[in-house]
Amino acid sequence: MKAAVVVFPGSNCDRDLAVAFERAGFDVSMVWHKDSVLPEGIDIVGVPGGFSYGDYLRCGAIAAQSPICQAVVEHANRGGYAMGVCNGFQILTETGVLPGALLRNAGLKYICRTVDLEVATADSVFTQGYAKGDVIGIPIAHHDGNYFADVETIAALKDQDRIAFTYGQNPNGSIDDIAGILSENRRVLGMMPHPERAADEGHGGTDGTAVFRALAGIVAAA
Amino acid sequence: MKARVHVMLKNGVLDPQGEAVRHALGAMGFDKVEGVRQGKVIDLDLAAGATEADVTEMCEKLLANTVIESYSIEMQ
Repeated sequence: MKAAVVVFPGSNCDRDLAVAFERAGFDVSMVWHKDSVLPEGIDIVGVPGGFSYGDYLRCGAIAAQSPICQAVVEHANRGGYAMGVCNGFQILTETGVLPGALLRNAGLKYICRTVDLEVATADSVFTQGYAKGDVIGIPIAHHDGNYFADVETIAALKDQDRIAFTYGQNPNGSIDDIAGILSENRRVLGMMPHPERAADEGHGGTDGTAVFRALAGIVAAA
Repeated sequence: MKARVHVMLKNGVLDPQGEAVRHALGAMGFDKVEGVRQGKVIDLDLAAGATEADVTEMCEKLLANTVIESYSIEMQ
């Protein structure tokens, strides 16, 4: 089982994400933003959190145009698995792989704390380790996590059961408390909270490990 | 040749920074402000031969996120 984690200038959760994949049993390659191809035989690509390109212009906008992101888009379009966490979620929306956009938090403050997330669907490779309705504690750390999409997009996400996680108490103004969403084929996850930061007892909690274990289980069985 | 691009959040998209500015102006005693929207101005120095269509393509692909933002272009 192979995972790749993309590294941009300004990424700061890339190693955490790599460790979470490794502990679930993946061989992990780090991929530099200037690379234009992903390593052969990759099962999943992780787009990590951080402040790619200093968040200049818009969070994720410049990263979305990098050579490696074109490869990530092609991987997703071929039906490959991908997950974007925090800045990675912002990047995946900027590429168009996931719908909507992340706006400045409604309260204008950077928020860094562990929040309650509700698992909104267990029907995905990322969330099948939970039951729908489970409440898990996962850290958030963002300034621009206020999920926005137009009315039609939100309706489609609901109709297709593509909302992966919602906030118990909305910290940032996201429409319908949305914390994470799935692509139409359910193989791409974007979420603002950091499951890789709740993956070791030393983190203060391990509620995030089920994301990586479930994914490993599916990939191993395939 | 120059172009100036204005990028604004679309109507209907909450602008928390604009709201914060509005509140601050109100607190300072500027009581005739009913709304504030904050955007970006991007000035481009263009090589000869660049057209408005080129700038439009730049806006669509990078300078604006048309999910949430609208843009206008002034060729100068």
